[in-house]
Amino acid sequence: MSDLIEGYLGKRVDGTKSRVPAALDRWQSITGLILGLFIIGHMLFTSSILLGKDAMYAETKFFEGSLFLDEPEPILVGFAATVIFVIFVIHAGLAMRKFPYRWREYKLLKTHSAHMGHTDTILWMVQAATGFGMFFLGSVHLWTMMSMPEKIGPYASSDRIYTDNMGLLYGLLIALVILHAMVGLYRLSVKWGITVRRNPRADRIRNKKIMWGAILFFSLMAYSALGTYWRIGKEHRQNYGERYLPQSTNPSNSSGGGE
Amino acid sequence: MPKHKIMTPDQSSGRELTFEILKYNPRDPNSRPHLETYKIRETPGMTLFVALNMIREDLDPDLAFDFVCRAGICGSCGMMVNGKPLLACRTRTADYPDGRIRLMPMPAFELIKDLSVITGQWMDRMSKRVESWVHAKEKQDITRIEKPVDPDAADATFELDRCIECGICVASCATALMRPDFVGAVGLNRIARFEADPQDERTDADFYELVGDDAGIFGCMSLLACEDHCPKNLPLQEKIAYMRRKLSKA
Ligand code: HEM
Ligand code: SF4
Ligand code: FES
Repeated sequence: MSDLIEGYLGKRVDGTKSRVPAALDRWQSITGLILGLFIIGHMLFTSSILLGKDAMYAETKFFEGSLFLDEPEPILVGFAATVIFVIFVIHAGLAMRKFPYRWREYKLLKTHSAHMGHTDTILWMVQAATGFGMFFLGSVHLWTMMSMPEKIGPYASSDRIYTDNMGLLYGLLIALVILHAMVGLYRLSVKWGITVRRNPRADRIRNKKIMWGAILFFSLMAYSALGTYWRIGKEHRQNYGERYLPQSTNPSNSSGGGE
Repeated sequence: MPKHKIMTPDQSSGRELTFEILKYNPRDPNSRPHLETYKIRETPGMTLFVALNMIREDLDPDLAFDFVCRAGICGSCGMMVNGKPLLACRTRTADYPDGRIRLMPMPAFELIKDLSVITGQWMDRMSKRVESWVHAKEKQDITRIEKPVDPDAADATFELDRCIECGICVASCATALMRPDFVGAVGLNRIARFEADPQDERTDADFYELVGDDAGIFGCMSLLACEDHCPKNLPLQEKIAYMRRKLSKA
């Protein structure tokens, strides 16, 4: 009944305005925040390959539960990926309400961005465009992690990037997600007045600088890591499918098993 | 064809300014929107107000634009200057080193002609929508001395009351352009003004009834062009975030 009333009238049964728009706005930001923080951790962890295959191997095992379990459980990673996927879908669903849908809306946004020279407006267009791109690229990546979480490791990931041709997709996705997430986190700070409470104007400028710094830092790190995976995958292409064994447990590092 | 001003001796020394100005009369079926080029000589301390009057006087008596106070007070001279919404009376030509200035009417408002738009209607709708007046149960008895108001609260209210309704925040806001029903920074600032006003008895829930939706506070996408262009330097970033936090919990 209340759904019937709220649906048609936009009012609750006590005659006051629906609180749903407030909740949608909140959840858009909460899911964005979770994804943004997640992606920072994600990029730091995947870049462990820059410290060597063993570091990346140990980190993979850690996320498969090596601290608590005797046998690593990749399903833990698959489960985490599923949770992130659900948050990703909710966030995309909420945030896409802001997209310019009609031609006139798009044209106005584009003309305005092009002529006004206002960075935050341009960055919002970037956010909408990168968000749109992630509908496709982000879904592919998340589905891979959900469906074959056991195939993560110094060789398995490198094989995927080189031999399975996922390198190009990752190369694009890295740019999309770094821009989208860092601009998004900056926007969260000004949208809600988080970390900019004491001196709103100066703190905004500071946060914007941090945003640019983070974009630069994570781009350098993520693309170096991608390059490393690519190189390993190329070297390893003859042994596609073979899994990595850490140097410490098997100094010869020749036979299969492992990972 | 560029039109050239006939120069008087005292103007011959200034550098040449090239103006491109939108000419269009939506009410005239023969009128076609186009950019008209005008060249004039810069005078010392020239503002766009001076330049536009010079152009109208010497080159194009048909050119339409609005000014009243010439001092950044009345809010009637907002226009897009090289893409940015500015008060023309407070914009100096010296700030354009290459001497090229393109003027367009502010978007988001109904165009009367050339650079002249109607901001009044828009502001009127906004004022009604946010019920831009003090809501108090007790009727003020104007024959008696008013109840004292805490000076800090009064200052906070007056600070936000400095808005001149120029519409620049609306014209700068891509959200307002894309979504014509968006209440705009000027409307949200107005809400914050009455929220700060100790004489207004409205609660957060009351304000939620006015702007608690996607055309109101939750429609703001935090592009902050309002904050960056408001000629009165109103704390729009801070106040919109503040109202968002309040109404999110209302
Ligand atoms: C298909 C995927 C996605 C789409 C379509 C999308 C779209 C959007 C859009 C349009 C906005 C702007 C919302 C606004 O202005 O109110 C936004 C905000 C944001 N996004 Fe995404 N996004 C996606 C994925 C992601 C991912 C993967 C992350 C993090 C890694 C992320 C983090 C954020 C953050 C932190 C914000 C700011 C939240 C806010 O303004 O409330 N988004 N997103
Ligand atoms: S808030 Fe600033 S930009 Fe907007 S109408 Fe008022 S004075 Fe003009
Ligand atoms: S003429 Fe009054 S503000 Fe410019």
